[in-house]
Amino acid sequence: MRSLSYVRARSVNDAIEAFAAAGDGARYIAGGTTLYDLMKLGIEQPRHLIDISTLEGADRIDSGGDHLFFGAGALMADVAEDTVVLRDYPVLAESLSKAASQQLRNMATVGGNLLQRTRCPYFRNGAHGLYPCNKRVSGSGCAAIAGLDRGQAVFGVSDACSAVSPGDWPVALTAMDATIELQGPAGKRLVPISKFYLLPGETPHLEFGIDPGEIVTGISVPKTDAGRNSTYLKVRDRESYAFALASAAVALAMDGEGRVRQAHVALGGLATRPWRAHEAELLLNGQTIDRARALDAARAAFGGAQAGEHNAFRIELGVRTLADAIMNAGRKNR
Amino acid sequence: MAVSILQPSGVHMSDPQETSALSATRRQVLKAGGFVSVSGLTLPSPARAQPLNPLPSPENGITVRITSRINGHPLSLEIDARASLLDMLRERLGLVGAKKGCDHGQCGACTVHIDGRRVASCLTIAAKVDGREVTTIEGVAGPDGLHPMQQAFIDHDALQCGYCTPGQIMAAIACVKEGHASTPEQIKEYMSGNICRCGAYVGIVAAIEQAAPQIERS
Repeated sequence: MRSLSYVRARSVNDAIEAFAAAGDGARYIAGGTTLYDLMKLGIEQPRHLIDISTLEGADRIDSGGDHLFFGAGALMADVAEDTVVLRDYPVLAESLSKAASQQLRNMATVGGNLLQRTRCPYFRNGAHGLYPCNKRVSGSGCAAIAGLDRGQAVFGVSDACSAVSPGDWPVALTAMDATIELQGPAGKRLVPISKFYLLPGETPHLEFGIDPGEIVTGISVPKTDAGRNSTYLKVRDRESYAFALASAAVALAMDGEGRVRQAHVALGGLATRPWRAHEAELLLNGQTIDRARALDAARAAFGGAQAGEHNAFRIELGVRTLADAIMNAGRKNR
Repeated sequence: MAVSILQPSGVHMSDPQETSALSATRRQVLKAGGFVSVSGLTLPSPARAQPLNPLPSPENGITVRITSRINGHPLSLEIDARASLLDMLRERLGLVGAKKGCDHGQCGACTVHIDGRRVASCLTIAAKVDGREVTTIEGVAGPDGLHPMQQAFIDHDALQCGYCTPGQIMAAIACVKEGHASTPEQIKEYMSGNICRCGAYVGIVAAIEQAAPQIERS
């Protein structure tokens, strides 16, 4: 790891100024659970770290207005246990409590988690790894697509990259139409989460719609009664503390007769970005929930899935995971 | 250079002085050629964290000064801005209870508490503990003896090789204090960040079930 400087910023403005003053190689660090990990692998090589984990007021959680607001510096563990989130938006709480371990949830922030980088083993092969990776070194090639692709994406794959977007929380936020608040040298702006994650295309090294020097300052989620009938189902190689083989975030706004007024569906662990499943939503809207309808909707969501040599099982696994999640969310409507 | 910071870590033996001497000797061997000298060795009392006596800085990069409390003792030192909390504890402070397993936050062997919350010290940049309170396995025993969780691990033989044990115990204490130890299923879920290569999980869950009511009372 290269020598680097470290400063702790007290406010967002301080941090933005420190970033500009530091020049080349400046990076913000919050919990550091992704950045420091990748620094140890030589994949991230910052020269200057600006610590934004203790910015004043950045850990605010506010469920009082017509939106839920999560300060970017709030810890994953704290949002996962917030009483309003647990009661009214279980999909959000579960996406956090099923991610990582309690040690990491006590370190990682809900803002930093949005920027978690892929766990593709070819990407994590090291700065001078044996295998090429277009994310690590743009234009170097992708060894995963024709390689050991058991964990690679089945949605959003390009000829240049099939790396899975690893997060759980971003999948739940995608289902719930979250908005991300950013602040940078040019001021503040809001980005809908649907525009925040970039498909790999020909430029897989570009992953997030955030500019140099910008900081994620908060996340807001519009309040909806779909939150109560919601769940995050995550299927892994082991029962806990693993990344998703397939996951589904489902929230169902229901009318008084047990019909779905508006379905919110997103998939995780299967795509190169958090994956909204509009096809499934359209088949659920206006309908009552039963097993056959849940399976139909889930199959529709996977209509465009493309498997490689070793990951085809995750399409059927994904279908059943989503169908189960739809059933689980539907059963919450009492 | 005194090595009064050496501690018995995790495993209790019948004669605490013998334990200390053994661990010091082992450490001495591991650090042969290093800067630890036996002549400065003092045998610590069995169950109290010792005053901190940081080793001189071997840093060759940009450093930051941090002021912190480690196991209740004030600490001020210059540390390389790249260094992990785990490396600071082990290599600068001689607190070798927290173990380096994977060094990537995946195994839990390095678990310590910062301001009472469990974290992976290998993924915590040392500079981040400036102004904060760190507790390691060396700091959990009371004046009257072992922490109830340490005793419970002994009672249930909740280890084999013992390498993961300091991390398991630190995670387990936090697990109880968080209120995540009410059922065996909940204990398993909230202890999943600590891997035991020897597979002592049955004993670990039993130990936590035993210690939980004692810790909740205290």
